[in-house]
Amino acid sequence: MQALVIAAHGSHLNPDASDPTYAHADAVRETGAFDEVREAFWKEEPHFREVIRTLESDEVFVVPLFISEGYFTEQVIPRELRLEEWDPDLWDSDGTDASQVTLEATDVDKTIHYCGPTGTHDAMTDVIVQRAESVTDDPDVGEGVGLAVVGHGTERNENSAKAIEYHTERIRERDRFDEAKALFMDEEPEVDDVTDYFESDDVVVVPLFVADGYHTQEDIPEDMDLTENYRLGWDVPAEVDGHRIWYAGAVGTEELMAEVILERAADAGADVGDARDVIQDAATTAGPDGDRGPNPGAEAGD
Amino acid sequence: MTVATADVEDLRAAVEADGAIAFDGLHLERGDEGYVLETPDGDWCGLDEAALRDALETIGEYVTNWRYWQETVGGEGTARRAFLRWCERAPIADGELEDAAGSGDHPHVPDDGETLSVPARYELLRDGLDREWGEICVTARLVESDAGEEPAGERVYDLWHVDDADTDLAALEVYDDPRDAREIATYDADDRYRPLKTAPTLVSGWAFTGLSGGELVETIEFFYPATIANWHRELRGELDVDHWLETAERQSGIYDVIDELPREAVDWMAEACCVDSQCLRRREWQYEEGGELDPDGGDGPFPCREPCSLVVAAARKWTVLESEEERTYELELTTSELNQLTELIDAVAEGRTDEIREADVYDGANRYRARYLRAKRFDEDDSLAAREVDE
Ligand code: SF4
Repeated sequence: MQALVIAAHGSHLNPDASDPTYAHADAVRETGAFDEVREAFWKEEPHFREVIRTLESDEVFVVPLFISEGYFTEQVIPRELRLEEWDPDLWDSDGTDASQVTLEATDVDKTIHYCGPTGTHDAMTDVIVQRAESVTDDPDVGEGVGLAVVGHGTERNENSAKAIEYHTERIRERDRFDEAKALFMDEEPEVDDVTDYFESDDVVVVPLFVADGYHTQEDIPEDMDLTENYRLGWDVPAEVDGHRIWYAGAVGTEELMAEVILERAADAGADVGDARDVIQDAATTAGPDGDRGPNPGAEAGD
Repeated sequence: MTVATADVEDLRAAVEADGAIAFDGLHLERGDEGYVLETPDGDWCGLDEAALRDALETIGEYVTNWRYWQETVGGEGTARRAFLRWCERAPIADGELEDAAGSGDHPHVPDDGETLSVPARYELLRDGLDREWGEICVTARLVESDAGEEPAGERVYDLWHVDDADTDLAALEVYDDPRDAREIATYDADDRYRPLKTAPTLVSGWAFTGLSGGELVETIEFFYPATIANWHRELRGELDVDHWLETAERQSGIYDVIDELPREAVDWMAEACCVDSQCLRRREWQYEEGGELDPDGGDGPFPCREPCSLVVAAARKWTVLESEEERTYELELTTSELNQLTELIDAVAEGRTDEIREADVYDGANRYRARYLRAKRFDEDDSLAAREVDE
């Protein structure tokens, strides 16, 4: 038997923080690729500390639903899962290369495949592009359009910027969008000045965040002048300084994220059968009108 | 009860494979002179195949019980199986019946820890056998077979809020997908977020019906995560408790400081957070091994093996607050006003403010009373006019 654990942050204050985790877990559940699928959280239940013992499977694949390598993936999760042999060097990563490491959790008799975070997987690049397609409602979006990938910045974790830059570079190499830029909330180049960095009239802005919350629904839209007050919502697209800004909200809510989770587990040796195709079909046919698409306009920030 | 041919064949195959079967009072083995069959109510020996079939026919409940647990449930040694056995008051360790009480003739409502024999369980399972898990009532019952004949031993499970035990099913929102439990468990009756799943604020008005054993466990897992796993460990004497100090010392980042929380403050914290009125888990963690905390851990059915993330987060705040020095203040209050402060703190701590009626000015935590006190005693900075006293 094999189990998948999706490890996410969660919140004591905001019930929506765990929605994407549940949604992606359900998508994976429906493929039937794992005997057990479990959500686990730092701030909600089941806590990282207790999740493994709720499983019957001997093989457990733990995929952190986090954007970057850093404090949570390198310290908190392995410690709370009681992976005593863990050492960040086992990932042999310089910030975006973590794949997986196989360890034992000391409180249970199981093999734990501890995977790198979803945010740095190559498949994440596709999710960002998919996000641009769904927010513009254009499967061919790219020509005449600039793409901004937005991250938090270096405040707490230098690898967070690396993840943003990594995907931005990969998107740039594809030559699909006229321009691709990495922007940040807390460091240069700043998302506040988004229009200064683009020549294209149309700019799609995709924040590389796991869940919609304070930053993606309040800070960033106000910083970019999409709206004076996030409570009033904003248009998609919105006119700012002669550009049309297509603001996408947190990329982590995109349905295709479930596929990245599967990729991580598959890279670590999980037998996922054709589950990736199933999810890809579901995500691309659901299109921008799917339930979990962006939430533009008046409802945004509610 | 009619015993299906397949069940008889499965039983015989199991005897061939293992030499003998001993399960919930049913013993069957193959001796030199034919099959030997035994239950608490009778025994047979020297049976050939046809005689075995006839004999099994008379003890159909033992046969279908064996089939349900061995074939449908499986998972020997798992928490899931133990929980399902607990639900119908079966002895949790398979095969042991010594401590099982009750006879098929006169089923009675058993005491809490009591386990029952197969006929006694079947008698109760026909109407549904209830157990409580926190605020959830679980009913195990036998499924009527399609032909409307005697039950073939398959069980299904229903669950609802204990407050709805007497509510008609038609008045409840009925679900059958375990995942719906997530949504139900997210908000309390006032639509406020419940970050602690074991807070005694689960809303009522819903029911899950006809769940399989696996689905039941999954549903409970969404309502009260990890409670079954830790209960099962405790049952086997394997609960791994992490006491306050271990948990506190393990923290990093912004929680790094919580191991500095004074010892007596940990007592206050446990009294604030971990009592039955606030959390249905029974606190098993102490200050440290051999260093018990004063407050009682509570009576919940499932153990709490280490401080939860909410308590850890609150501890950070208290660590900061407790690092402040105490000072002496002087402020003007009448005796009644001083008493009123006590009533206010108590009402907030007990979550009672909503219940105080607008016109109940006899309660010190009444809103008008509180507003009056504020109007009278607050200064221009909107705080109590208090002077620090130099010692
Ligand atoms: S630490 Fe206290 S409040 Fe938290 S789950 Fe345990 S008993 Fe409940």
